Amino acid sequence: MKELKILAVVVFFTLVTYWGVEPYAHSVMHKHVEFKNFKYEDLKPITAKGDPAKGQALAAACAGCHSIKAAKMPAPMDPVTASATYGVNPPDLSLAGKLLDEKYLAHFLKDPTHTALVAHKFKNRPYPMPPMATDDQSAADLVAYFKSIAPKEVTPKEAYEFACGRCHEMRYAKWTQIGEEPKTKPNIQTKMDEEKLKFQEKLAQYKDHLVKYMGKLPPDLSIIVRARSEDFLKTFVEDPQSQLPGTAMPRVGLNKEGYELVFKRLEEVGDPSKPKREAVGPWVIGYFIIFTFLAYLWYKSNWKGLK
Amino acid sequence: MAHFDPNARPFSHQWLNERLAIDTLKRVLSTEYWIPKNINFLWAMGMVLAATFGVLLISGIFLLMYYIPDTKLAFDSVNHTIMGEVGYGWLWRHMHGVAASVVFLIIYIHMFTGIYYGSYKRGRELIWLSGMLLFVTFSAEAFSGYMLPWGQMSYWAGMVITNLFSLGSLDFQGLVEWIRGDYVPGQAFLGRFFMLHVVLLPLVIMALIVLHFGTLRIPHVNNQDGEEIDFEAEAAKWKAGKRKESKVIPFNPVFMSKDVFVLGIYFIFYFYLVFYHFEFAMDPVNFDPADPLKTPPHIYPEWYFLWSYEILRPFPKDPGLIAFGFAQVIFFFLPFLDRSPNVAPANRRGIFKYWFWILLVDMIVLTVMGKVPPIGIYTTIGTVAAWVFILLWVALPFITKMEKPIRGQK
Repeated sequence: MKELKILAVVVFFTLVTYWGVEPYAHSVMHKHVEFKNFKYEDLKPITAKGDPAKGQALAAACAGCHSIKAAKMPAPMDPVTASATYGVNPPDLSLAGKLLDEKYLAHFLKDPTHTALVAHKFKNRPYPMPPMATDDQSAADLVAYFKSIAPKEVTPKEAYEFACGRCHEMRYAKWTQIGEEPKTKPNIQTKMDEEKLKFQEKLAQYKDHLVKYMGKLPPDLSIIVRARSEDFLKTFVEDPQSQLPGTAMPRVGLNKEGYELVFKRLEEVGDPSKPKREAVGPWVIGYFIIFTFLAYLWYKSNWKGLK
Repeated sequence: MAHFDPNARPFSHQWLNERLAIDTLKRVLSTEYWIPKNINFLWAMGMVLAATFGVLLISGIFLLMYYIPDTKLAFDSVNHTIMGEVGYGWLWRHMHGVAASVVFLIIYIHMFTGIYYGSYKRGRELIWLSGMLLFVTFSAEAFSGYMLPWGQMSYWAGMVITNLFSLGSLDFQGLVEWIRGDYVPGQAFLGRFFMLHVVLLPLVIMALIVLHFGTLRIPHVNNQDGEEIDFEAEAAKWKAGKRKESKVIPFNPVFMSKDVFVLGIYFIFYFYLVFYHFEFAMDPVNFDPADPLKTPPHIYPEWYFLWSYEILRPFPKDPGLIAFGFAQVIFFFLPFLDRSPNVAPANRRGIFKYWFWILLVDMIVLTVMGKVPPIGIYTTIGTVAAWVFILLWVALPFITKMEKPIRGQK
């Protein structure tokens, strides 16, 4: 039928144009980075078998800077003071054994600067994290210990806060680098919100330290899932240097599960309508299929016997 | 004075007829507005465009309730308030964004349909010209709307496009600053583009749509063979019940019924995009907030401006601007550059057939080259395609002059 042929021509040119400006143009604009599935193949496998009990003894040294809430060890300093000392607030280590790749963590404990791929940033100044394991055995012991204390279930929010949240705020989820924005109320007489101002002062100080440490303020990640492709995000987190050579962003060393949890958090904050979209979509399209069918019957009844 | 029956019941048919002539209106605008029978679904694109404009208008009104035209708040009002906090705000935004992109696809199909079937020829020049005015106004509407989320691409596209008004070596910085209301895009810039987008340009578009419909009334729409139809004689046949013999159909309900069917198919496609494939219409770069200190690595316009952007890009500054200006206005001259009297589909018009298909392919090539970075082979392809575009238009009067008249048209 003639109309179908015309439709085929229209569809053909439309698809060619689409292909050219979307998949093709983007493949030219963005360099291709191979995704390695969070395997960290540049790091040698650690064969030593870890002993959690020995690891626990070694971990006492960690508590000098880090909190380990899972082991009831509090943070030695508040985030702002910690950032004044180290540049950034050191993470709580409760989730390290759960969300970080085992091999990565072992290597990180032995040689943090090179494992995190930040040696280029710390040529003339020390990396705040010193090597904590002298050999494979002690590294494996520490890893075994962190695995033994890690909770079985971790929420996407917790994963984000552990892996990203000390550098990246997420204002659409009220998350700042020093924790959640407190719920405060302005004084009804003065209209001033003293508590909020105090929090903001602390945040300003923290950000100041962070900027000095990183070179610039790491971006807010509220809608990063809309601003970067899924492919970019996973290859970037796996190896930041692959996408942005020279970036101050460290290789965090997430394992696959850890990344998936973080991505889930990015998605639920950055694309909150996804579940609703998926629920409503079929109804709207179904409506128009019925509409079109009825319109077809009307059209046929009107054009009957005209040609 | 007209006769008003004192006994007519208020708002009854007679009462309304005496005051509004509703029977006449209905006859003139719908039941006896004659459309050729020999048409295909491409003749429904006008209705598809009107419907898409309706979608844009309605979704725009909903978005306007929460959008804040303030450089500090605009980005979050769109990406947080509308997308996350307002019930179904995401739906209106995705509908608005996707419709803004798809409306240009349909405009281009509509335009190329007109070019292919010669629907801009003698008697129909004003249809073409009013349509071109609509195209230009829609472009301005799209551009001004693109500024509003105040993302990186809003800011930098605003910077680049307003810079064009310095007119190259003439260096009219004053004009650029006057347009921006500042040295760089800022609050004044956002405020005025907001006004243009939500008030002035929609009013102009609505007025032009009325004009565009008006220009159709006397010459009538063209048909698949470019046949000159005696509408009165054919209408008389229809009214006499000879529906099969008549070459025309009434707009309502016969033509409408087909339009509505095409609209149905179009809306399935459109809502598929809205729910499952909206990314193409919402550039990722614009989900980074505007940052005057950080130029994005690639700045490109939305896909529908790429072909003319690519005519600007491969040339040095001044010739590039001239070529760009040429591309912006040349389509207006189509009815006068085409010197052939033939109103017929392009494939029956000798060399014009090749002219049409080369133009179409060339504009697609320009579109793709306008997006990829101007490096290596892409620059060469872009330059060649830009020259092909210009030469096609230069050649048009000559090749159409040589065209042999068909069917004794003069």
